[in-house]
Amino acid sequence: MVAPLPVAADGQGSRMSAGWAVAAAQAVLVAAVAPLLLGFTRAVRARLEGRGGGRIAQPWRDLRKQFRKEPLIPADAGVFFAAAPAVLTATSLMVAAAVPYLSTQNPLASSTDLIVVVGLLLLGTVALALAGLDTGTAFGGMGASREMTIAALVEPTLLLSVFALSTRVGSTNLSAIVAAGTTDQARVFSPASALAAAALAIATLAEAGRLPVDNPATHLELTMVHEAMTLEYSGRDLALVEWASAMRLTILLGLLATVFVPWGVATNLHPVAVALAAALFVAKLCVLSGLLAVAEVFTAKLRLFRVPELLAGSFVLGLLAVITSAVLA
Amino acid sequence: MGLSRTMRRVGRMAEPAPRTSAHRPPGAAGLGGSVQVRHVDAGSCNGCEIEIGQAFSPVYDAERHGVRLVASPRHADVLTVTGPVTVNMAGALRKTYDAMPEPRLVVAVGDCARDCGLFAGGYGVLGPVSDVVPVDVQVSGCPPEPAAIVSALRALTGR
Repeated sequence: MVAPLPVAADGQGSRMSAGWAVAAAQAVLVAAVAPLLLGFTRAVRARLEGRGGGRIAQPWRDLRKQFRKEPLIPADAGVFFAAAPAVLTATSLMVAAAVPYLSTQNPLASSTDLIVVVGLLLLGTVALALAGLDTGTAFGGMGASREMTIAALVEPTLLLSVFALSTRVGSTNLSAIVAAGTTDQARVFSPASALAAAALAIATLAEAGRLPVDNPATHLELTMVHEAMTLEYSGRDLALVEWASAMRLTILLGLLATVFVPWGVATNLHPVAVALAAALFVAKLCVLSGLLAVAEVFTAKLRLFRVPELLAGSFVLGLLAVITSAVLA
Repeated sequence: MGLSRTMRRVGRMAEPAPRTSAHRPPGAAGLGGSVQVRHVDAGSCNGCEIEIGQAFSPVYDAERHGVRLVASPRHADVLTVTGPVTVNMAGALRKTYDAMPEPRLVVAVGDCARDCGLFAGGYGVLGPVSDVVPVDVQVSGCPPEPAAIVSALRALTGR
């Protein structure tokens, strides 16, 4: 289902190139901001825990150093191990360019269907899980099996929570959903979107590997999920995997902000409107990641066998959101 | 809530940063303010491990200087080794060192790592760390203070 987007009559060619420029700007913005957002989250956590903590730019320093180091390929690893960093980074950049973060007039709008976005994110997840299996180590396989268990429970919730908003727009196209949100503010505050936001927030935590599903600060072998799959990566490959993971967190937090708080997203391609949208986007991301850090200080990691209960709960919230929006519409 | 009250009461726990040690090994130049550390206990009494744990605690807070402990030697730039190298751990230490990508540095923590300390001549002891892997930085003490460990790591990050 693709809703026709309003197309202005003036200069089709220049509009297209401006649209591509905005799509590229989105990808660059997400790629640049993602490590800083990670540093910001760590800094907020450190402050609350009474530590000094690293600088906000520390994740960029880590990445810069890792990019300069040689990547080692384990003896038993094959093509999946070698391909995963590139696939993960490419899918993340693709999603970052396609989701209407800055402007709903995106040249990729016709293909930014919700199902495509979730599919691209899942492609990255599967690539990394296969890479974890490919190394042939015990931890790689363990991490991959856990990641797949979580992914199988998270992806339906990701879809359902946004379906709750798409029932009223009559389209699963993200640009159409966001455009409808910016024009009709009353639509944004409804019981259905509150339920859907809660469901998507839990799905985001699980998909991005944050507490209470996975602890990004742990090195305990028995609890690692994301880190268990990346144990064999080094140098440039590790930098790509870590960068892409940071981008995925930014993408999902950005999706949460853009779909449920769509104020400020430009509906045209005017440079001023897009710049304002970029500033608001970064501000929303800062607020969300600050909340994430505070929540993480107060939360303990769930036992792995309790994680399906949490995710099933978020799925039910998503289902209720869809029913509510269908009934109240 | 109890936790938020404790946070407000305690505030910032971190002490002022210790002086950095003047000696900066040549291999540390390319690290650019970021050091990931993998730790190997090659046969220590765990006294040094407690001090290393303290170096990363909120009080000494090595993380503010750009140092982080990691779960895999593949992710690490620096290998910290404690204890005299025992016969059983020599192979594991060598394998860990070989698994690290270049450029890599080794920090020997504690007197035992330097000259086997109390355990010199023991039947299970192979020798000091420098007999098994090349050592770049030595932190002395039995056990060394957390501040000494932090200042040695600060010399590597340069921050």
